[in-house]
Amino acid sequence: MSAVFPPHGAVADHHDDHDHHPHGWRRWVYATNHKDIGTLYLLFAFTMFLFGGVLALGIRAELLQPGLQVVNPELFNQLTTMHGLIMVFGAIMPAFVGFANWMIPLQIGASDMAFARMNNFSFWLMIPAAVMLASSFFMPGGAPAAGWTLYAPLTMQMGPSMDAGIFALHILGASSIMGSINIIVTILNMRAPGMTLMKMPMFVWTWLITAFLLIAVMPVLAGAITMTLTDRHFGTTFFNPAGGGDPIMFQHIFWFFGHPEVYIMILPAFGIVSQIIPAFSRKKLFGYSSMVYATASIAILSFIVWAHHMYTTGMPVTGQLFFMYATMLISVPTGVKVFNWVATMWKGSMTFETPMLFAVGFIFVFTMGGFTGLILSMAPIDLQLQDGYYVVAHFHYVLVAGSLFAMFAGFYYWVPKWTGVMYDEGRGKIHFWWTLISFNITFFPMHFLGLAGMPRRYADYPMQFADFNALASVGGFLFGFAQVYFFFFVVLPCMRGQGQKAPQRPWEAAEGLEWEVPSPAPFHTFENPPKLNADATKVIG
Amino acid sequence: MKNPSQPWNPLATVGAVAATLFAQAAHAVNDLPGGPANRQLNLHTPATKLAQEQADLHVFMMVICLAIFVVVFGVMFYSIWKHRKSVGHQPATFHESVKVEIAWTVIPFIIVIAMAIPATRTVIAQKDTSNADLTIKVTGYQWRWGYDYLKGEGEGISFISSLDNEHRILSNNGAKGAAPDNYLLKVDNPLVVPVGKKVRIITTSSDVIHAFAVPSFGIKQDAIPGFVRDTHFRAERTGDFYGQCQELCGKEHAYMPIHVKVLSEADYAAWVQQKKAAAPAAEAPKAAQAPVADVVAQAAPAK
Repeated sequence: MSAVFPPHGAVADHHDDHDHHPHGWRRWVYATNHKDIGTLYLLFAFTMFLFGGVLALGIRAELLQPGLQVVNPELFNQLTTMHGLIMVFGAIMPAFVGFANWMIPLQIGASDMAFARMNNFSFWLMIPAAVMLASSFFMPGGAPAAGWTLYAPLTMQMGPSMDAGIFALHILGASSIMGSINIIVTILNMRAPGMTLMKMPMFVWTWLITAFLLIAVMPVLAGAITMTLTDRHFGTTFFNPAGGGDPIMFQHIFWFFGHPEVYIMILPAFGIVSQIIPAFSRKKLFGYSSMVYATASIAILSFIVWAHHMYTTGMPVTGQLFFMYATMLISVPTGVKVFNWVATMWKGSMTFETPMLFAVGFIFVFTMGGFTGLILSMAPIDLQLQDGYYVVAHFHYVLVAGSLFAMFAGFYYWVPKWTGVMYDEGRGKIHFWWTLISFNITFFPMHFLGLAGMPRRYADYPMQFADFNALASVGGFLFGFAQVYFFFFVVLPCMRGQGQKAPQRPWEAAEGLEWEVPSPAPFHTFENPPKLNADATKVIG
Repeated sequence: MKNPSQPWNPLATVGAVAATLFAQAAHAVNDLPGGPANRQLNLHTPATKLAQEQADLHVFMMVICLAIFVVVFGVMFYSIWKHRKSVGHQPATFHESVKVEIAWTVIPFIIVIAMAIPATRTVIAQKDTSNADLTIKVTGYQWRWGYDYLKGEGEGISFISSLDNEHRILSNNGAKGAAPDNYLLKVDNPLVVPVGKKVRIITTSSDVIHAFAVPSFGIKQDAIPGFVRDTHFRAERTGDFYGQCQELCGKEHAYMPIHVKVLSEADYAAWVQQKKAAAPAAEAPKAAQAPVADVVAQAAPAK
């Protein structure tokens, strides 16, 4: 039976006795099956992605022309803040957890996640948090408008929605921590015999490292926003200089969370791409162990670079130099990953179905984000670019062209296994090219705006910035429509089971245990630990 | 094209076409010397040695990035072109090489060190705020700047600088009609400094964090409530230079520009004289009090 939404009548076809589970709404509310929860996470994340996207289009509509036309500056700041919070905490992070839920048990030969009920809880916690976050627009004074970075003391001036936002982040953080614990325990305890750590698929490896990052830094964020909360209501002065506090301390704490968070959002993307490139190159991943070590080094280095977000706060010269060197160092393991992907493609036998297109698009555009990252790591140049549109361009190149493209790649790669039907290849290609081109129309001009000195989070700008802003806005709307197209013309048909029936192995050279189960993956898989071949990619009886 | 004197630029043309179609093209303005230029593609023309160093570093980095870009993506696209199944390429079986792995770990490491050396020099130069000829305290207020001349010629001068309210109203009206070249950058009282003198800027704030930035000078320094930070510049030519607040500071964040007027020494001395003569008693207390009655707030909020 389809693991997602069974077409009517299909239920009667299969009555295997391991297929007993609640039907109707209970199947989802009481869900303990990793596949169902994975689906819930992905749908939730896509909903939030569209919501955050609408907010982004509000921003781009206002910036289409100089002068205020669409929103006032208060609402504009609310839009930028909420766009950031929702995309980071509501879209990208849950989407990767969705991928983890679906794929990790399948890839390591486990029957389910280690803590099935906690899995349910960590998903359903996100709903009230998301509702609270989204409804903050209707609270007195509107949504939080202090930027997604929530810098003190601006947060002191916010209305009650700031508290709602803080609680929402607390809940989302708790959900993330539970998800991470679940992922770590699943990976460490539930691998099929023979699946040693160094034989695990790269996606599992990157998620294992990501989960440790999450456990390390989510409590730090919780601490920072709790201090903000007590500063706001209980008379503490953690960030208030009048009481001996320090507003810059907030930035240190926030970015101690925030920089590893950046890698939380990109490491699983590396994992997905590391699965797809070999599959469509018909060649093994080049330098598997160096990929693992590079991922781990990126994760470790991510803890000692946070203050490169703060070069303009006025750090001592040694501080600036330390953070500059450490940041530049990250380009080494990141470079190793890119070189390994290219080496995997080298002398392969490549085909370019949609997953591969998105994966190659990822490498190309993500690397451009890497270059701008390298340029921004240089403290003297950063002084020109800090808090400007160059930074906006940079992090959208790594988060949209990085994380999002990798997720699209992963979706097209695994959707035959999830739903049992092939997506429409032509539509997938349209989605790819439309997305890639409109993405670049939107964000490439922002580099120029940033170099020319346009600050970010500006509702209105000098006339000289008008043309590139108009171009970016046009691109932004095209990009948004591409994702609506993706949902209605790719995702929905797959979920409804429309399309060609997918074989068990839709991709000729894809390796891994997920291709050892039928398409769609049955409700329960690997109920008994499978026996694996020597390199743990095939089930042998 | 709005500026026929400029050479044809395809990207700019696309931008201009988009602007024509979607933005009614009512905003034909000229480049603003010391501020942004139309469709500017690079950093501002430097007016200080440090800004020049930053611009040079940027070019240096762009060259390195371009070289890496060409090598990595040259290999990748060659491979995409030649090693396809559709052209009958058979997959090789190699998947490991310790030598190659070491090479592409060590070489980037060396490149990184090569980049760090010139950057380090500039960082150290940027942080050297000693031996200033003139020290000015810059205070961020929501949403204007306060300037207090603390030490050096002009000591004791102090005033508040805010956006021309006409521009704020123009913004609310959708910036329709002929907008001035210095739209959103025109202030009532620009910061005035002498050319060729080392000016130390001390920043602080009375409410939330702001950031004082003048791109042509290569300076950007957060103004933090309860703390003082400093930066410095030595302008090499006279003229008007513009910047904007660079740290989100609330609803009028986009409306607190910075305008620095660099004068020759003689003109500066004359300005100081005139400033001191014109109501020395009236100026000082004005700056001392935080601006409460907010001109900006009186402007009608946008729809």
